[in-house]
Amino acid sequence: MDLTVLLVKGLIILVIFGITLLIATYSTYAERKVAAFLQDRLGPNRAGPFGLLQPIADAGKMFFKEDFIPAQASKWLFILGPCLAMLTALMSSAVIPFGDSIRLAWDGTNYDIPMQAIEINIGVLYIFGVVSLGVYGIMVGGWASNNKFSLLGAIRAASQNISYEIALGLSLIAILMMTGSLSLRAIVNEQATFFEWNVFTQPLGFIIFLTCAFAECNRTPFDLPECETELVGGYHTEYSSMKLGFYLFAEYINMFVSSAFISSLYFGGYHYPFMNAVHDGLTGSLGEIAGHNIATAIGTVVFFAKIFFFIFFFMWVRWTIPRFRYDQLMNLGWKSLIPLSILNVVVTGAGLLYDIKYTTWLIVVVMVVLALTSNARAPKSQAAPQRA
Amino acid sequence: MSEFLNQFKQLTATGYLFWVLAILALLSAVWVVTARNPIHSVLALIATFFCLSGHYILLNAQFLAAVNIIVYAGAIMVLFLFTIMFLNLRREDEESKTNLTKMAAVVVGGLLMVMLITIFRAKSAQVPTFNPVSFDSRTGLVENLGSILYSDYILPFELASVLFLVAMVGAVMLGKREAGDRHF
Repeated sequence: MDLTVLLVKGLIILVIFGITLLIATYSTYAERKVAAFLQDRLGPNRAGPFGLLQPIADAGKMFFKEDFIPAQASKWLFILGPCLAMLTALMSSAVIPFGDSIRLAWDGTNYDIPMQAIEINIGVLYIFGVVSLGVYGIMVGGWASNNKFSLLGAIRAASQNISYEIALGLSLIAILMMTGSLSLRAIVNEQATFFEWNVFTQPLGFIIFLTCAFAECNRTPFDLPECETELVGGYHTEYSSMKLGFYLFAEYINMFVSSAFISSLYFGGYHYPFMNAVHDGLTGSLGEIAGHNIATAIGTVVFFAKIFFFIFFFMWVRWTIPRFRYDQLMNLGWKSLIPLSILNVVVTGAGLLYDIKYTTWLIVVVMVVLALTSNARAPKSQAAPQRA
Repeated sequence: MSEFLNQFKQLTATGYLFWVLAILALLSAVWVVTARNPIHSVLALIATFFCLSGHYILLNAQFLAAVNIIVYAGAIMVLFLFTIMFLNLRREDEESKTNLTKMAAVVVGGLLMVMLITIFRAKSAQVPTFNPVSFDSRTGLVENLGSILYSDYILPFELASVLFLVAMVGAVMLGKREAGDRHF
């Protein structure tokens, strides 16, 4: 029995690994297509139909480039950097619940195999741990390059990640208070009804989490570590060939994983409205096992649709919003997001004391009113006289 | 030797994991002390923390393992690495390692070792051995830990949180720029 469990788990982990890599590969293609769409261009369309073979062509190019290690670099750490970046990026998808469960009949008994690599009761802490390790790949690589631009990029990445981790963790704490569990599956199952999705009960926490997720992934508008106008290439200035490819690829994996976390923490994961009715209808018409599996498959498809929307959102923002200045980044993190997330935790706690789930809307309303009044009271800029 | 081998053959999977983790932890801990380059020391220390987390998981204390990774490997060691990168200690600064500091380090380390050994060998501090009747595999899980922290150990817990608050306020006060200070 032990061996069977191990085999099944191994298979699930392998499948999740493959899906993660596939989606990350095609995110690079999607990024270029979305960029082209937003800038009114065509984007990649030469390799294969619609340019669909472009990621494979890119990977081939990366592998055949010269793999250069600078003479003054610390060689092993230089190699370790991209490895760590990939490792931490791939580790985090282990606790995502991709769907309900697959039901198998074997010898007259039903086995439910959850669509999740590992179900641990500290899932959220696991994510948080892996996220906090993500910075090592960048720091080690940036330092080992022995280049001032790389070092500056690495230091920027480290300080940015540390700063935004705090707000990320505090916005997660509000969710943990709502659910009372650290298990990701429990958090997803808590959001079974549509209006109890955490995005409705925790609107402010969602905004903070989303902003911090952008910062943790080093995506625009927070891509200061690789800011080419100031730092040439940032932490990967000295990298070439597939080592550079790993750094870039790790960013896309991180993007996929954070989209998955946002969807499961705030958008109900594999839940969708009228899910129970669909499940009952399917099990009624197709039988217990087939119906359950098809209902699970629909849930998984819904979950992936949510993930793809957030991946698109990441790209949308990247090609819309310009980069922050470094002091603006720090001010936003320390002076706005952290106080707001502490306030969010306090107000959520007060609401839970009286069993009201939607108290954080109060902060949102107050913030909107404050923004409107300050906007109305701000001195109007004189309209320049029209030239005759 | 054959006795040792026999014992080795009878180990469970957990036993093998324990030995592998213990050896890795010791090797990386030795590396922390012997590495010439401070960055290598920090990386070895991170490896040590990972081995310790593995031990916690073997003891079914998942929460402790995760928090160990988050706090030590994820936050404190990042700050260590950050500071060392800023100080740029790449050239092995031998002038700070005089004989006096080496002697002092040996004396302090030796004293600490003697103290730890006495503590672990003291009769009153003996940890009770495994008892299958009273054994509860869920002791280290986060729910139990939380309810114990907030019932039996509420005073130490709150005192520790006050200590953290004071430390935080102190750090902010130290980092605050006073009027007339140089603007970096």
